[in-house]
Amino acid sequence: MRIKKIFSKIFELLITFLGITIISFFILHLAPGKPTDVMSDLNPKITPEARQVLLEQWNLDKPIYVQYGLWVKKVLSLNLGNSMSTDHRPVWDKIKERLPITVFINLLSMFVIFCIAVPIGVYSAVRQYSFGDKFLTVITFIGFAIPSFWLALLLMIFFGVDLGWLPISGLTSVGYETLSLTGKIADRTKHLILPVFVSAFGGIAGLSRYMRSNMLEVIRQDYIVTARAKGLSEINVVYKHALRNALLPVITILGLSIPALIGGSVIFETVFNISGMGQLFYMGVMMRDYTLIMGILIIGAVLTLFGNFIADITYSFADPRIRKGV
Amino acid sequence: MFKKLMKNNFTLFGFAAVSFLFIIALLAPFIAPYDPIEINVKNIFLAPSLSHIFGTDELGRDVFSRILWGARVSLLVGVIAVSISTFIGIILGALSGYYKGWVDKIIMRFVDIMLAIPSFFLILAVIAFLGPSVVNIMIVIGCTSWMGVARLVRAEVLSLKEREFVLAAKSIGASNFRIIFRHILPNSLAPVFVYFVLGVAGAILVESSLSFLGIGVQPPAPSWGNILAQGKDNIEAAWWLSVFPGFAILITVLSYNLLGEGLRDILDPRLER
Repeated sequence: MRIKKIFSKIFELLITFLGITIISFFILHLAPGKPTDVMSDLNPKITPEARQVLLEQWNLDKPIYVQYGLWVKKVLSLNLGNSMSTDHRPVWDKIKERLPITVFINLLSMFVIFCIAVPIGVYSAVRQYSFGDKFLTVITFIGFAIPSFWLALLLMIFFGVDLGWLPISGLTSVGYETLSLTGKIADRTKHLILPVFVSAFGGIAGLSRYMRSNMLEVIRQDYIVTARAKGLSEINVVYKHALRNALLPVITILGLSIPALIGGSVIFETVFNISGMGQLFYMGVMMRDYTLIMGILIIGAVLTLFGNFIADITYSFADPRIRKGV
Repeated sequence: MFKKLMKNNFTLFGFAAVSFLFIIALLAPFIAPYDPIEINVKNIFLAPSLSHIFGTDELGRDVFSRILWGARVSLLVGVIAVSISTFIGIILGALSGYYKGWVDKIIMRFVDIMLAIPSFFLILAVIAFLGPSVVNIMIVIGCTSWMGVARLVRAEVLSLKEREFVLAAKSIGASNFRIIFRHILPNSLAPVFVYFVLGVAGAILVESSLSFLGIGVQPPAPSWGNILAQGKDNIEAAWWLSVFPGFAILITVLSYNLLGEGLRDILDPRLER
């Protein structure tokens, strides 16, 4: 039963994935402007013949559905093609260098979001309308409204420029190679604090709000009344009976937040000058590097769908009502 | 009781702040003390003072005047972009909920697909390709953020469809078109309105991020995002370039969110918590 469910889920994901490639490909290729325009901007002496050769080289002279077909054929053999920028390196090689750092920072910030937002949400729900709850509500509203790049700038000015405590750019200091192992770890950590905090900030506001309303809903359920009536301690009721049930939907929310996190990586990687996938995408966009842009969109979509899939599976394992098919 | 009052106070504050921002945006040419794009090399990087309360930038332009003018762009982009997305969302959501079956399946699959694409990536690429202009930004943000409205309207239509007044309209021979647009949709507009107000806040954030990255509103035209980009380039020389435009964004987005949440509580008592 469950195997069948997983398979139909996978089939659904494949359809969605195909849809993503079609939409991204057609939108990008139908937009005016070609990669060769940027090349001729860089080199005004380029002849129309040379342009034509370039267009043919990238199949850009063919009808769009043919281009899409050729592209899909390549991707099916797990080849994302070569970059259209001047270095012509395989797109996958370029992404491979930068993917780990983006994924690492995003996982770290998801972890931070979870660790900070859940306790805040529980506290606000258990002490509804207390001073602490109201204070946290105001803070979360501000958290929702702060543009992440502005927060990044303020933190850079305060901790980087004024206090000089934390580095404001890159992932390693000059002379990183000469440091001892502990020195290297300390250096990395220092460089990661601001980017991770910035990318987690908005998520903390969102998830703690969500956690609060979840908790409030669960606390009103009959089984909580029952637990209290049995004479269980408040701690037992809140943390064992209520929290477990309120946490379940959080799994799905974390899965759904992946596209926003990946999209946000363009911003914090640009601000902090981190050479990750977001920065690569930004450079690709500026050069109209179709193959690179498509490659990154595909990887982003795979990460998103994979995250949602993991969230669904985890959910069905974590929730006995779904596990037993009740 | 106290809580309701406080909530309402927040809502009132949101409403007042949003109205105030619109007035500022409209009156920017009259209340801005300086020309927002006139270069004045004698006044480069002046710290905030009485004559330039938010200081000046690397071309000697008055930051306060630029922020006032920037309000126009932000509010315009926010409202138009969300109007576009709400329009698309209402149409697709209504079709999906009313006709069910394969129409519903296709549209909902489309929604899932759009939700799985990291939309900021797509917006970035498309705007860079189309060329960064205010009109393009509004269209692209509008076309990539309609999914929430579509789901909302679909759910509303699904439940309204079974009500007696729809049956009554059908029995007197009203067309599907008329039933959807005259009978069902007007009854489902309250939550859409809340969504609209909250959506404006989101669109303003996206626009300022794009301008910050250099592919939004193009200098010399001022926008809050591109002033912040100047702030980043001159982070050690002029903190005021980084601080004040951010507050403008923060206050605007916060007011819209407060107004939206407040309206949600007022319009939909079921959500009262």
